[in-house]
Amino acid sequence: MNRLSFWIPLAIFVAFVGLAAYQLTQPKDDFVASTMIGKSIPDFDLRPAVEERPGLSIANLKDGKPKLLNIWASWCVPCISEAPYLEALRRQGAEIVSVAIRDRPADVERFLGNYGNPYSRIGADDLSEVQFGIGSSGVPETFVVNGNGVITYQHIGDIRAEHVPILLQKLAEARQ
Amino acid sequence: MIAELGLAALWIAAALAVLQLIGGALAQRDPGGELAKLVRPAAIVQGLLAAFAFLMLLYLFAVTDLSVKLVATNSHSAKPMVFKLAGAWGNHEGSMLLWVTVMSMAGALIALVERRLPERTILATLAAQAFVGIGFYAFILLSSNPFERLPQPALEGNGLNPLLQDIGLAFHPPTLYFGYVGLSVAFSFAVGALLTRQVNPDFARVMRPWVLGAWIFLTLGITAGSYWAYYELGWGGWWFWDPVENASLMPWLAATALLHSVSVLAARDALRAWTIMLGVVAFSMSMLGTFLVRSGILTSVHAFAVDPERGTFILVLLALYIGGALLLFALRAGTVAEGERFSVTSREGALVFNNVMLSAILGIVLLGTLYPLLTEAFDVRVSVGPPYFNPVGAIFAIPMLMVMAIGPLMRWRNDRFDRIKLPVWIVFAIMAAVFLLVLVLGSYGWLPILGLAASIGLAVGSFLPLRGRNLLRVPTATWGMVIAHFGIAVALFGMASESAFSEEHLAAVDVGESTKVGPWTIVLDDVAPVAGPNWTAIEGRLSAQYDGGTAIELRPQSRNFWAPPQETTESELATRWNGQLYAVIGNQSGDGRWQLRLWWKPFVTFIWYGGVLVALGGLLALIGRLRTDLKRRFAKARSIERRSSGEAE
Repeated sequence: MNRLSFWIPLAIFVAFVGLAAYQLTQPKDDFVASTMIGKSIPDFDLRPAVEERPGLSIANLKDGKPKLLNIWASWCVPCISEAPYLEALRRQGAEIVSVAIRDRPADVERFLGNYGNPYSRIGADDLSEVQFGIGSSGVPETFVVNGNGVITYQHIGDIRAEHVPILLQKLAEARQ
Repeated sequence: MIAELGLAALWIAAALAVLQLIGGALAQRDPGGELAKLVRPAAIVQGLLAAFAFLMLLYLFAVTDLSVKLVATNSHSAKPMVFKLAGAWGNHEGSMLLWVTVMSMAGALIALVERRLPERTILATLAAQAFVGIGFYAFILLSSNPFERLPQPALEGNGLNPLLQDIGLAFHPPTLYFGYVGLSVAFSFAVGALLTRQVNPDFARVMRPWVLGAWIFLTLGITAGSYWAYYELGWGGWWFWDPVENASLMPWLAATALLHSVSVLAARDALRAWTIMLGVVAFSMSMLGTFLVRSGILTSVHAFAVDPERGTFILVLLALYIGGALLLFALRAGTVAEGERFSVTSREGALVFNNVMLSAILGIVLLGTLYPLLTEAFDVRVSVGPPYFNPVGAIFAIPMLMVMAIGPLMRWRNDRFDRIKLPVWIVFAIMAAVFLLVLVLGSYGWLPILGLAASIGLAVGSFLPLRGRNLLRVPTATWGMVIAHFGIAVALFGMASESAFSEEHLAAVDVGESTKVGPWTIVLDDVAPVAGPNWTAIEGRLSAQYDGGTAIELRPQSRNFWAPPQETTESELATRWNGQLYAVIGNQSGDGRWQLRLWWKPFVTFIWYGGVLVALGGLLALIGRLRTDLKRRFAKARSIERRSSGEAE
């Protein structure tokens, strides 16, 4: 070993400390962005989660009309807080379809009875297949899907008042 | 009062560590000075005080003193006593105190008994040990005081994570900590030897028991941790390449390499700079692991209370210790005289090969663990898992295992391949035969087949060093090597067979219905609620028959803890000599049937039997080395005595 090679461990170590120090100063972002943005949603066909609304399949997302696709569950607390804003979006002309994750029909019905039903379709995703297929890692999440089944925008977390105009605008962009 | 006593003892211990550092450093100029005489006593008293502080913390947990914040947040009066005590170190503050306690007691032990090295080197070592200790004292006293009081005593404690309420886990972190601390001692010796330029076989002999001891604890810790993850998480896997698991594996890899290179240094006075380097790296890996786990910089299945501020503190300590040691290494290693030379075909040659392979595997695990951190800096999120670690690690592990089977047959310094031709061909013929046999019998992955072949070959090869020797006169340390190598073969056999032959079955069954997995027939007899001291559970009562034999009852549970509320699955295992049936009960589905997850894992237990054998081998080696050291010490004392009495006549 020559003398220079004795410095290699130190160099590697300094690089590590630099990287770790940089990462420690970065805010920890717990949201995982979907890698599916800009891509077509894979084929799926979900049975209805409740009797009063039809289920959801890929065909419904390829009917030419852009939609919001809401991923939610009756057991999800933030889903309760976003319910009024979903309702607001629906009143302002957005068509909202949804996927209920790992849920029971009775619970879904009770949730819709308590907090309103802004959805035109609700598919039951008992194994999170569709959820993972579109690159969603949690509930609630809301996707903008254009008329051809392509995801154009992802909103992670509950929808708050300030997100309503953003989602409407993204929906309008998806129409073009 | 008790808490204040503990805190006071800790402050005084910290002050003594400062004295120990200054004294040891000044003694480098003036080894006979007044301060130099204080270093050993300071180390001893420091160890006693830290132990006292830790005992005080244990007492506070034993009586559930809810006016102490740490007790209130981590314990509960309704908890069983053993978990109350385990709660003392099952959290950040307590575990740091445990670390510093064990470390300062190790320092005390060195100060008390170690007289084989030049006094300057020992004092430099104790100074290095104090330097490391001061950082931990500062960390505890300034930012993680375990004795902090609450302004108002809490009415009831906040419990302990129910996942952690497990006897195996209660003793898993301390085991790893003993290992880490042992490596910190090896690190201090390496720094001491570098500072005084005393890198020689004596240094290696003094350092070796610490490395061996650390390695035994790390082996046991990893084995226990892996078994814990296996039966407690209920996912059926035994190793997930999770950052926290890697954090414990990396020091083990470095310690394994160090163990072998220190033996070369002790026996042959070769590999001087390399041994020093490994001494620094092994402890770096312990610190790095602690940093990764505690800072929360990587996402892991092991939920620790993470805190970026603590992460920063550990990073600063890491930079000081390891950066300092590596800088010292870069400056000094060139001035350490080169050791003895040896030829490629020699025992040293085989050990160097093993060292390079182990270091390569270490590098691979390190890269895989840190890679997400690197890509995240460029806003790409990745998760590195088995598809990377398994095949890339195997590239280096398989050749290493082959050399491991034949290396111990070689002589030191220089050997001819012709001499050991026969056993080498036997070992390789066995490997090839097993490889072909498994290949023909079924369609399994390449890695498990290679693993099976290597394990059988190694199992045979590990006993070859005993060939033609009187077994009663084989040194204990050699027995240790044989058993440790055999243990690796056993563990590898378990891993390969688990991954090749496991069968999994996910079933939804009604009470009274039966289902099959592998050779087992399982009937769900009943599902009933049961209650424990701090939980309630749904318990499945299964009767399992192996190949039509007598039925064994299994009772997997889905448990709900109420302090604090949390749900866990308690898997149940039926262990046979040739494998384990692993049963997990899930929720009731809409139609009233119960979800059962069943695995048949042939020879999976060999993984942990192997781990225990490896540790046992380490223990035998340690006993053998310590006995030789003691004998040498007595012989020396006797010869001095004889000489002085001869002079008197």
